[in-house]
Amino acid sequence: MLSHLRSIGLALSHTFAKRETIEYPDEKVDLAARYRGRIVLTRDPDGMERCVGCYLCAAACPVDCISLQATNDEETGRRYPETFRINFSRCIFCGYCEEACPTYAIQLIPDYEICEYDRKNLVYEKEDLLIAGQGKQHGYNFYRVAGMAVEGKNKGEGENELPPVDVKGLMPLVVDKLIG
Amino acid sequence: MNETLYYSLVIAGVLITLLTIAAGNIYIERRLLSVWQDRLGPNRVGPFGLLQVVADIIKIFTKEDWIPRFADRVVFVLAPAIILITILITFAIIPFSPDIVVADLNIGLLFFLGLSSLGAYSLVLGGWASNNKYSLLGAMRGAAQMLSYEVFMGLSLMGVVMMTGSFSMVDIVEAQKNVWFVIPQFAGFVIFLIAGLAESHRIPFDIPESESELIAGFHSEYSGMKFGMFFVGEYLAITLISALVTTLFFGGWLGPDFLPPLAWFTIKVFAFIAFIILLRAALPRPRYDQLLGFGWKILLPLSLINILVTGAILLSK
Repeated sequence: MLSHLRSIGLALSHTFAKRETIEYPDEKVDLAARYRGRIVLTRDPDGMERCVGCYLCAAACPVDCISLQATNDEETGRRYPETFRINFSRCIFCGYCEEACPTYAIQLIPDYEICEYDRKNLVYEKEDLLIAGQGKQHGYNFYRVAGMAVEGKNKGEGENELPPVDVKGLMPLVVDKLIG
Repeated sequence: MNETLYYSLVIAGVLITLLTIAAGNIYIERRLLSVWQDRLGPNRVGPFGLLQVVADIIKIFTKEDWIPRFADRVVFVLAPAIILITILITFAIIPFSPDIVVADLNIGLLFFLGLSSLGAYSLVLGGWASNNKYSLLGAMRGAAQMLSYEVFMGLSLMGVVMMTGSFSMVDIVEAQKNVWFVIPQFAGFVIFLIAGLAESHRIPFDIPESESELIAGFHSEYSGMKFGMFFVGEYLAITLISALVTTLFFGGWLGPDFLPPLAWFTIKVFAFIAFIILLRAALPRPRYDQLLGFGWKILLPLSLINILVTGAILLSK
């Protein structure tokens, strides 16, 4: 009986307690910088697409909401996704795609306001996903650190990269140059 | 003034006020509950969310009013009306102020006790006519609950009747001119409050309803305005119990002169409505056998002792 009186008193003591409610459309939650919300495709510092169409995100996705088709740009030699589609009505915002991505292309940002009245409007195409900026990883440029020749960068011209070694030549390797 | 006209006006006024209060209680309850649960409650529709009630009423009137094919049609339709009618009739004996009382019956309190027992038929018939297992369980619990509170409810009021020497509500209020009955009859007040909560089927004694286990119990099958009538009946029952506690134990319309009698009555009634809502925010629901045991083993002997002591003191004077 006393415990009942005590709980009545406790409830009454909450009369002037701080409210927990956040009046959502008027005030918004402070989200952490690494909050996993809407998925975007970022660009490298040169403004080119980071995505190389490796399918790792689609493979990592536990709900199979990512589908893409990779292709090659014959002129520049760059690999890129021809189509890139994320079905946000399936996405569970786990962030596995972001973890799997070898080029920091796919990223989750703190934006959660992606409601639609029509379910099919939640299927985002590549032009909906692609943003103009670099997202969370500034200055990273996959083709500048990868040992692959593309337009504007030949083999050996990348960052921390040596010119190719002529393995069939008779001259000894210059070790100093290797250590750099 | 023409007496018939006067009473017609009183009846119409009381009826309209009560139905407004019953609807307003929905808003009051939602806001007060949210206060004690650290929330904001409905505050979007109109100033302070006051028009939420209007929105709710529009919604409940436009809902499909469906009677299940397996239900007992006549009884099913009749049941929600019973609770509303009995409670509204009971308000006839409440003296709102010295001038505003529909019927100052000399058996006023007995009239209330009789009608409150009739109100239990609403639950039992509603649960039975629904032809649904959960509803039947709720109705059965309603009947069991009535068996537990009805006895000590009547007995807890006998102390007040003995001190007044009358069953008339107006006499009872006037007998409290010197001291409110809550002081000499504190035990009676507590017991009647518990019985009143059980009578109005409010949390913590919403055993026939039991949202969490019986999916709304006796009114599972009800929809639209028939459900609304059970709902309004419950809020009217809260108002009735608050009005009765005010009249019987807290001096009814009596109070210092700077406010009119009706204002004192209203203030006291709303204080008790708020208290009943506070109980909802604070207390869990007992099992119905626990309520039965509590009623018969503790509250019944307590109210009998209360009568005994009151009688002994009155006789020795």
